[in-house]
Amino acid sequence: MNADFTAEELAFQKEVREFMQNEFPASFKQKIDANIRLTKDETVQWQKILYQKGWAAPNWPVEYGGTGWTPTQKYIFATEMGLVGAPEPVPFGMKMVAPVIMTYGSEEQKQRFLPDILQSNVWWCQGYSEPNAGSDLASLKTTAVRDGDDYIVNGSKTWNTYGQYADWIFCLVRTDNSVKKQEGISFLLIDMKTPGITLKPIVLLDGHPEVNEVFFDDVRVPAANLIGEENKGWTYAKVLLTHERTNIAGVPRAKRRLLALQRIAAATDDGFGGTMVTNPVFAKKLADVEIELMALEFAELRTLAALSVGKAPGPESSILKIVGTELAQAMDELFVELAGYHCVPFLPEQFEEGYQGEHIGPGNAAAAALTYFNNRKLSIFGGSNEIQRNIISKAVLGL
Amino acid sequence: MDFSYSEEQQMLQESVQKFVQKSYDFDTRKQVIASAAGFSDENWKLFAELGWLTVPFSDADGGFGGLAVDLMVMMEEFGKAMLVEPFLPTAVLAGGLISALGSDEQKAELLPQIMAGELQLAVAYAEAGSRFNLNNVATTAKVAGDDVVIDGNKIVVLNAPGADKILVTARESGAQTEANGVSIFLVDRNAAGITLIDYPTIDDRKAAQVQFTAVKVPASARLGAAGGAAKALGTVIDRATVAVCAEAVGALESLLGKTVEYSKTRKQFNTPIGSFQALQHRMADMFIECQLARSIVMRAAMKLDSAESDAEKAQAVSAAKARVGKAIKAVGQDAIQIHGGIGMTEELDVGHLFKRVTAIDILFGNGDYHAERFAAL
Repeated sequence: MNADFTAEELAFQKEVREFMQNEFPASFKQKIDANIRLTKDETVQWQKILYQKGWAAPNWPVEYGGTGWTPTQKYIFATEMGLVGAPEPVPFGMKMVAPVIMTYGSEEQKQRFLPDILQSNVWWCQGYSEPNAGSDLASLKTTAVRDGDDYIVNGSKTWNTYGQYADWIFCLVRTDNSVKKQEGISFLLIDMKTPGITLKPIVLLDGHPEVNEVFFDDVRVPAANLIGEENKGWTYAKVLLTHERTNIAGVPRAKRRLLALQRIAAATDDGFGGTMVTNPVFAKKLADVEIELMALEFAELRTLAALSVGKAPGPESSILKIVGTELAQAMDELFVELAGYHCVPFLPEQFEEGYQGEHIGPGNAAAAALTYFNNRKLSIFGGSNEIQRNIISKAVLGL
Repeated sequence: MDFSYSEEQQMLQESVQKFVQKSYDFDTRKQVIASAAGFSDENWKLFAELGWLTVPFSDADGGFGGLAVDLMVMMEEFGKAMLVEPFLPTAVLAGGLISALGSDEQKAELLPQIMAGELQLAVAYAEAGSRFNLNNVATTAKVAGDDVVIDGNKIVVLNAPGADKILVTARESGAQTEANGVSIFLVDRNAAGITLIDYPTIDDRKAAQVQFTAVKVPASARLGAAGGAAKALGTVIDRATVAVCAEAVGALESLLGKTVEYSKTRKQFNTPIGSFQALQHRMADMFIECQLARSIVMRAAMKLDSAESDAEKAQAVSAAKARVGKAIKAVGQDAIQIHGGIGMTEELDVGHLFKRVTAIDILFGNGDYHAERFAAL
């Protein structure tokens, strides 16, 4: 038993680390460190840098432009990228719709959509959840009715992330009302410029319109945009949900945030002449998250080792989602604790591009509560943590 | 033993409930927040007419009685409705300090104005490096002839943008964290040398960072003896701490009620989500948290109104704040979780309740700070 990288893997790690240090633009790193979101253009620019290197899509098969890396190499890549703070690719194209197109799309669809995703020429968004179909996604009601060579789509989708930037949306739509709910769903690709689509931004607790409601009013979609067979969309969507299991735990980001907590604790006055890093109560909490992170990292490595010998990611990877998100939320609480009064001002604009006003609070302290609020989503989206626990009880424990 | 409210307390409670029902629904509140001052002057005048602004003050000061239990009853109702009017900074904090430290002359001038709703006040005590230690004051006050000159920077001064006057803590002698040497001065908000950077807070209120640069006030602007304000400041902040704990209890009850209600109507998998045992147990835990929070806040309020020692009282306050802090995290986070995505949005009241209790958790020291203070007392 050992958890060491091989000499080849260490060489690969060195190569990735140097690349990240040299190629991730310093101006982007500054923004990330200052808690400022990258713009759409900057996100695309970084993605294109990776594309030039041939590293845009580590998880894609080589024939579509993937890297052919082993699971361990993918892990090393994600870790090194996370440690410099570089953003993961926007998942909707690269990680979500592309695998479905590769697996179930026609040859024509593959040629039409995959190269633009690989090169980040087209921004995708997701049309899954509806106001009354959240955890129970299969009860979705948006309809697509066949009309000649087209479908006519009506209904609404919600929790649509960054649809305001998107060129295309992939949707689950109902094409048959007469069968069991999972059996009447189809997977449809829709151009966001099609007449009849409107977006209504939803402002979240941190003041940021990160998500939207998307309304479809007699939207005419060519039937050629249907993926695979009609009424098989649920099967395709489920494959998608189990497809991307790498880096689900967010360990690299958690490591980076742990370092930030330690750094900030050392610089935060305790009010009595010392700093928070030597405050025993806070030091204990910091130790707790560090220990949890160690356990999580090894749980992830064990999953990775199983993947490396060809085993499919099992339902136990729900552990990674639950622990990863709850650890991130525990860290959010520690950032709030360190910030104290400094996170009471509500100044989301201070962390937006081009803010000209006075900077309030030390470092990113004023962002701590905003992040705490926003990250409550982590245990809700992507299959809520209650749903993940159901999966463990049923599929792992056989209850 | 009797935990029921007196007739007077019941009337006070009903008075707030009636006002909220009639004039403070979530949409009206939204308009109030969007206004420049961040609160409604009209409401404030009404609060004065209803006698609410007299509640923190003793009979001797011309108030309702000044009992912590009375204040608790009212603050709980404020919490349920998320009232944003600056009752805490003006009446409880500033009013409390003037009452505790002011000369007869200062009290006679200021307290009636507060109770009549004619004076808005703010208390500037927190500094960038002070964290929750009230005695950590780097702001200085130097006597110059008949005047005193104040220099320093204060953070998160609640209601400073809407205040006519600011009470500021400043050090006249002693080392930076020493209790001796801290004074409090009453300064016009528009006095020369004061600059505000104002902003909304995470909990829909207004506050400011306030810079004092060679602000000159007459020595008569000092409340109490030179360098002798620390004890009164601690006592007033302790009372305010119990008041916001009671407000949190109201807000948490509100979060619990709304979550239970939502779980009965929100259907997934063809059944209300409240029928899932996993969620039922979480809501049962939320209920337990609310009950324990309410219990320890009642305990603290009753201690404050008793003849117990100062140390007993301070310990009861810290116990309440530490325990309420735990309840805030547990109930607040679960309320959002059970609501799902909709709980994450600006448009629903649940998120605003969550943000208010999060701010209360920080205000006057978070749970860890108070647990440590409890242990040290």
